[in-house]
Amino acid sequence: MSKGKEEVKLLGVWASPFVMRARIALNIKSVGYEFIQENLGSKSELLLQSNPVHKKVPVLIHDHKPVSESLIIVEYVDQVWSSSPSMLPSHPYDRAIARFWASYLDDKWYPTLKGIGGAKGEEERKVLIQQVEEGLALLEEAYKKISKGKPFFGGDRIGYLDIAFGSFLGWIKVTETVFGTALIEEVKTPGLAKWAEKFCEDVAVKPVMPETKKLVEFFYFLRAKFAGSA
Amino acid sequence: MEEVKLFGVWPSPYVYRIIWALQLKGVKYEHVEEDLANKSELLMKYNPVHKKVPVLVHNGKPISESLVILEYIEETWPQPPLLQQEPYDRAMARFWIKFAEEKSIAFASFYVAQGGEELEKATEEAKRVLKILEEEVLGERKYFGGNEIGLIDLVIGWIALSFGEIEEAVGVKVMNGCDFPGMLAWIQNFREHPAIKANLPKHDELLAYYKQKREIILASKTA
Repeated sequence: MSKGKEEVKLLGVWASPFVMRARIALNIKSVGYEFIQENLGSKSELLLQSNPVHKKVPVLIHDHKPVSESLIIVEYVDQVWSSSPSMLPSHPYDRAIARFWASYLDDKWYPTLKGIGGAKGEEERKVLIQQVEEGLALLEEAYKKISKGKPFFGGDRIGYLDIAFGSFLGWIKVTETVFGTALIEEVKTPGLAKWAEKFCEDVAVKPVMPETKKLVEFFYFLRAKFAGSA
Repeated sequence: MEEVKLFGVWPSPYVYRIIWALQLKGVKYEHVEEDLANKSELLMKYNPVHKKVPVLVHNGKPISESLVILEYIEETWPQPPLLQQEPYDRAMARFWIKFAEEKSIAFASFYVAQGGEELEKATEEAKRVLKILEEEVLGERKYFGGNEIGLIDLVIGWIALSFGEIEEAVGVKVMNGCDFPGMLAWIQNFREHPAIKANLPKHDELLAYYKQKREIILASKTA
């Protein structure tokens, strides 16, 4: 049963990979929702009330009840709208593997990728890029094992881990563009290269994946804004 | 036949939370004590990405990362439930689990603070986090999980496990009865729960461990 648009709100910003995860999840389940674009420099009352602990996006507000943290939102959406395609794998062990890699991405891999932009000097940048590449090699192996020949980590359709990882593709492309490095490409990461293309084309992803050009502009804007600050 | 192994090190709170979960679920398992200075080949094979403990191996299949292991245990052995069934309640439990995990760095800072301003600041931050846990998460409840122990209790359980010894090792009392009556009541309830009580380290051994470890860390900081 589909719910009315008014019952589901998502607070977010267009450039955030974490917000994108929530939007993809809602799209997969064909849930209508109101997207409220926040201005992080001047957060709305609704955001401050809905996520007083972290004051961050995304926040899903369902029947006036707020849910925060992107992966928690994805699991929540999967559980509430349970009749549509499942995002989490059905077997507990496969779920554990998916959660393990999502945790690796969020706790280790993405902070390193982000760090490239703020690196002090070429040496530091090289080290971080290498760490990111090593991580991608691990993810390439994981993709081969988990997808078992199918297009996505989730199998025939995109699932939890596809969403967790794929949401970073925009910022991966920014890093490649700005720093002239190839991170996901056919020679080093053939599986992921194909996967990335398919992911971006998915009907649940395409409408919410920002254009790389816009993200690159945004990156330069942020860098200029925070240049000189400690 | 089910084969369950847990690779761990004493007295890791990350390992203890898995021990407690298995106990609560009545799951029989074999404990494999690792030496982190000399990790076994099996551990490296089962957790090649992080090379850390805990690792749960169920019928030959390894799972790493304590929070991931806890959710696996919850799904594989559903009784008694350690996570609420309702989606919103589950989401809230997971939110606070993540919060507690992220804020544990405040206590790590407290543990290695080197006196004076650094220690004062770290103490204040630890108190701030404890206040949030006490007022916003625990509230009037017996456990963080409600009337029964839940996954949140196991994740925050390190406070009941060893924060007292950590305070002693540092020489600063953060959680006194007047300021944190709720937390202290919870610690008592948690430690007295039959599944937990049988799986707690001895005070003297734990204190010696944290004192010694702290000395080593502080010595390497000033070196």
